[in-house]
Amino acid sequence: MIARIRTVFVQEFRLARRNQWVLLATLMLTLFALALAFFGAGQGAALKADVLSLTAASLATLSVYLIPLIALLMSYDAFSGEVERGALALTLATPIRRWELFAAKFLAQCCAAGIAIVGSLAIAGAAVALVYGTEPAGLWAWARLTATSALLGAVFVAAGLTLSAATGRTARAAAFAIGIWLVMVVLYDLALLGGIMAAGEGVFASRVFPWLVLANPADAFRLYNLAALDAAPVAGIDGLARTLPFAPAAALGALALWLAALLALGMNRTGRIEP
Amino acid sequence: MNVLDITGLTIAFGKTVAVDNVSLSVAPGERLALLGHNGAGKTTLFKAILGFLKPASGQIAVAGHRPGSDAARIAVNYLPETVAFARNLTGREVLEYFSGLRGAPRAEIAGLLERVGLTGAADRAVGTYSKGMRQRLGLAQALIGAPRLLLLDEPTSGLDPVSRHEFYGIIAEAASRGSAVLLSSHGLEEIQNRTDRVAILAQGELRAEGTLAELAARAALRSTIRVTALPGEAERLHAELGGTRVNGTRLDIPCPPGAKLDLLARVGSHAGALADFDLQTPGLDDIYRHFSGQPLREETPQ
Ligand SMILES: Nc1ncnc2c1ncn2[C@@H]1O[C@H](COP(=O)(O)OP(=O)(O)O)[C@@H](O)[C@H]1O
Ligand SMILES: [Mg+2]
Repeated sequence: MIARIRTVFVQEFRLARRNQWVLLATLMLTLFALALAFFGAGQGAALKADVLSLTAASLATLSVYLIPLIALLMSYDAFSGEVERGALALTLATPIRRWELFAAKFLAQCCAAGIAIVGSLAIAGAAVALVYGTEPAGLWAWARLTATSALLGAVFVAAGLTLSAATGRTARAAAFAIGIWLVMVVLYDLALLGGIMAAGEGVFASRVFPWLVLANPADAFRLYNLAALDAAPVAGIDGLARTLPFAPAAALGALALWLAALLALGMNRTGRIEP
Repeated sequence: MNVLDITGLTIAFGKTVAVDNVSLSVAPGERLALLGHNGAGKTTLFKAILGFLKPASGQIAVAGHRPGSDAARIAVNYLPETVAFARNLTGREVLEYFSGLRGAPRAEIAGLLERVGLTGAADRAVGTYSKGMRQRLGLAQALIGAPRLLLLDEPTSGLDPVSRHEFYGIIAEAASRGSAVLLSSHGLEEIQNRTDRVAILAQGELRAEGTLAELAARAALRSTIRVTALPGEAERLHAELGGTRVNGTRLDIPCPPGAKLDLLARVGSHAGALADFDLQTPGLDDIYRHFSGQPLREETPQ
């Protein structure tokens, strides 16, 4: 079992590296992080706030878009591509279990995405800390951002793998990946915003709304990072971070639940692929 | 004991019966060719042997084990009809991957690359391989772990005659080491002298099975004698010898297997009226057509 998982892991990670996904994702994240840090730095200096904490806040808002996109792009073709090329039949003709295959692909792509996320945030964080100096609180905010970004990446890698196994065709998997990204990351927020404007102050805003935010992994990620920051200037949906009916750590629980559910669903779908 | 035993196998996709009550067996070291047109059910049969498809009825035993069980998966190895390995991997990496999944010794890989003639290209990306090289890599993959049963689905379609020849050489070598080989193909000509037995599949049914000589004898196809008459003689020859007029001067006379010499003598007695003479014996294609239920190429109405 371990030998087979390792075999698939090695191959899958190698492919992620050769496809330049790791490099591309690292570059992209590093550039965005540095841009936010140095464009936002003037504002931070004026507020006499810690630049690293401020950058962590603005980067949390940006990562919500970028990280799911990167994770989905990395993973959406992992099964469908092999089904179309006929290579999956060969893999499944060996004694490997379907869940082992899913787990190995998941681990490899999480590593690839994780290396990109941790690497780019480490570079950008170090640059900001060197230029502007920092405090322990800023370092903590940065560390939280890095760890939860990796977790968010894992959730969307699992989502991408699951839809890849469920659709079995590259073109459909790509369409679903874009669809999931749009719905979870963009439209969900817009709908919530519309809902709260329509409902105004009331039961919806104070009782229902926070849970709806928690129910979306992307929003849960942002909520956790913003709620943990006292200094961050927050507005709109994120203003909610101040008046939660639950502890911010609940957002982490939501992410973990999503991850567990997607892994279970993905393994189930992988079991049903007909090569 | 047979490496593969199939009895009364039926597989259906909804209302389409892709494989219909097929029984087959292959012994160790034996090469069996499965012949059939597109849609005859060859690939479906292979997928059932691999355990990917559930039979509607019938049994399959791979080295005595249920398809899809670990023992069966180790015993059988497969080369699909169309397979494209990831372009960014090298040939060696592809083999290492499947070797790892099968728990086969890694040391075997260099020998496999050698056997299929890919030693020089082993560390190049698969994306740079020619069609023949990719197919040979697929074959090397299928030979990992010295499988007891090799399933090769149309392994040589699209290969040039030289590559094809080499391919069958490697297959023969694997068989001589004791692997049973079941391969599918479109035509009899291609597998003549290259497999021990032939099974003809049409519309999911097994139409015939045996050695080529057995099938030829069983088909008992007629030869055709074609004579070209001198100007003005065609009418008379037709009246004397029977057969069909093809055009103004030509006459096709059907000739049952036992009556060849007899007919030849009768034609010979009209030598003075003949411009030309030709004997057409049934070819492998005709035997194949006979069993797969397609009309003969130049069948003559009685
Ligand atoms: N997954 C499938 N779903 C529905 N019908 C199928 C499927 N696979 C094969 N068939 C049908 O089964 C028959 C046999 O197909 P196949 O085994 O691929 O033939 P061959 O390999 O001999 O060309 C065909 O009529 C084909 O349309
Ligand atoms: Mg086929």
